[in-house]
Amino acid sequence: MKKTDVIIIGAGPVGLFAVHQLGIKGLKAVVIDNLNKVGGQCIELYPDKPIYDIPAVPECTGEQLTKKLLEQIKPFKTELFLNERVDEVYQEKENWVIKTNKQKEFVAPNIIIAGGVGSFEPRKISLKNAEKLEGKSVFYAVRNKEQFKNKRISIFGGGDSALDWALELSKFSKITLIHRRNEFRGAQHTLSEIRKLEKEGKVSIKTPCQIESLDSEKKLKSITIKFDDGKKEKILTDVILGFFGLIMKLGPIAEWGLNMDKKTIEVNPENFETNKKGIFAAGDICSYPGKLKLILSGFHEVALASVECFKRARPNEKYRFEFTTSSKTIQERLGKK
Amino acid sequence: MPKITYNDFQGNSKTIEVDNGLSVMEGAIQKDIPGIDADCGGSMACATCHVYVEDKWLDKIPKAEDAENDMIDMAFEPKKNSRLSCQIIVSDELDGLEVTTPEKQT
Repeated sequence: MKKTDVIIIGAGPVGLFAVHQLGIKGLKAVVIDNLNKVGGQCIELYPDKPIYDIPAVPECTGEQLTKKLLEQIKPFKTELFLNERVDEVYQEKENWVIKTNKQKEFVAPNIIIAGGVGSFEPRKISLKNAEKLEGKSVFYAVRNKEQFKNKRISIFGGGDSALDWALELSKFSKITLIHRRNEFRGAQHTLSEIRKLEKEGKVSIKTPCQIESLDSEKKLKSITIKFDDGKKEKILTDVILGFFGLIMKLGPIAEWGLNMDKKTIEVNPENFETNKKGIFAAGDICSYPGKLKLILSGFHEVALASVECFKRARPNEKYRFEFTTSSKTIQERLGKK
Repeated sequence: MPKITYNDFQGNSKTIEVDNGLSVMEGAIQKDIPGIDADCGGSMACATCHVYVEDKWLDKIPKAEDAENDMIDMAFEPKKNSRLSCQIIVSDELDGLEVTTPEKQT
C-alpha cells in the first residue's frame, strides 16, 4: 500500500495542475489515469485543435498544453500510474484508501477527482454475441499482433487506428476494412497506401456499411454487413477488430457515495470538497452554481482544493498563503534556489 | 418561438419551444429532455448529443463539418441522418423540426 498526501484521479490538465498547486505547498501526490498517456481529453479528443482561452497563452494545442503542464510539474517528481482505473474507494480512520483494477492500493487523507467526464473506454459492437466473443475473436485494441497472423480479419472504423492496423496486419493476414461512410479520417498517406493495397487485391474496403450480424458457434465464422442502400454481404471472418473510438464512461465513481447531479459531482465552491470530507472534485466533473466547463476554471478549482488538502494532510501546521514570486520555500520546492 | 419535437427510440415524443440561436442540444438540456447527454457541453468533443434528423429536415440544416462527422463515427449506431444536436442552431426556418434520440448515447 502506497501512502501519500493526495491521490489525484485523472491526468488531464486539471489533474496535472493539481500536482503543481499541491507541490508548491509541500504536499506529495500520485496521479492515476485509465488512459495510457497523460493529457486526458486534451490528448485523446483534440490533440491538434487549438485552444484560445488559456490565460496568457493566446493559442496552443491540447498536446502543447499537456507538454507545458508536464514541464511545470517536473520539479515535484510525481509518480503517474497510467493504464490504471480506480475501482474502489473506502474510508479508514482519517484516511481514504483506493484500489485500482490492477489491485494496487493507495492511502491518503485527500482525494482529488479530476476525472473529466469519466474514464475513456472503447466503444463496442452492440450485438449480443459480440460480447461473448470479446477477447477471443472480437477485439478493440491490438496488444500482441502475433495472434493475428494468417487470419481473415475484418477491421471496423475510419480513423488512424483502423487504417494503421489494416496496413500493418495486411503484411501477414487477409484484411477487410469496413467503415460507415466513404470518407476516412485517418492520415492521408496511410490511406493512399491502403488504396494501393486495395488495387493489388491485398486489402478489401467496404463502405458505406455497418455490421448487421455475426455468425458464430464456438468461434466466429463470418459477419454480415449492410450497406446504406440496403444490400447485404457476408464476409468470412476469424477476427473482428473494432476501432469505433473511445467513449467516456463515469464508471465506478458513481458508486462512491458522492452527491451527484446527473454525471457530475456536487461540490462546495469554497474548497471544492464533495459531501465526503477529504474527497474533492475539480474540472469538468464537478458542479456548483455557475460552473463553466473550462480548463481555466479547473485550474482555479484545484488551487482552492489544494489549500483544504494541506489542512487535512498537515493538521498540526498552519497554512500560510505565499506567492511564487517571493517565497523562498516555494522557489526551493521548484528547484530554483 | 420555434417548436422542436424530440422523439425517443420507443416512440415517446415531446415538443418544446426553443429560443432562436440556441442549439437543439441546449434546448433539450434546459427543459430536461431525456436521451441527450451532451457530456462535453457542446464543444464537439464527444458524441453524446447524437440525434437522427427526420429526412425532410436534413437538407434545411447546414451540412455537417468534417469534425462533426468524425465525432459521429464514434456515436452509438450512427445512420445517414445522424447529427450532433449541439451543431444544429435553432431558427425560425427550423420551426417544427423533429429529431429522434438513439437508444443510448454511450
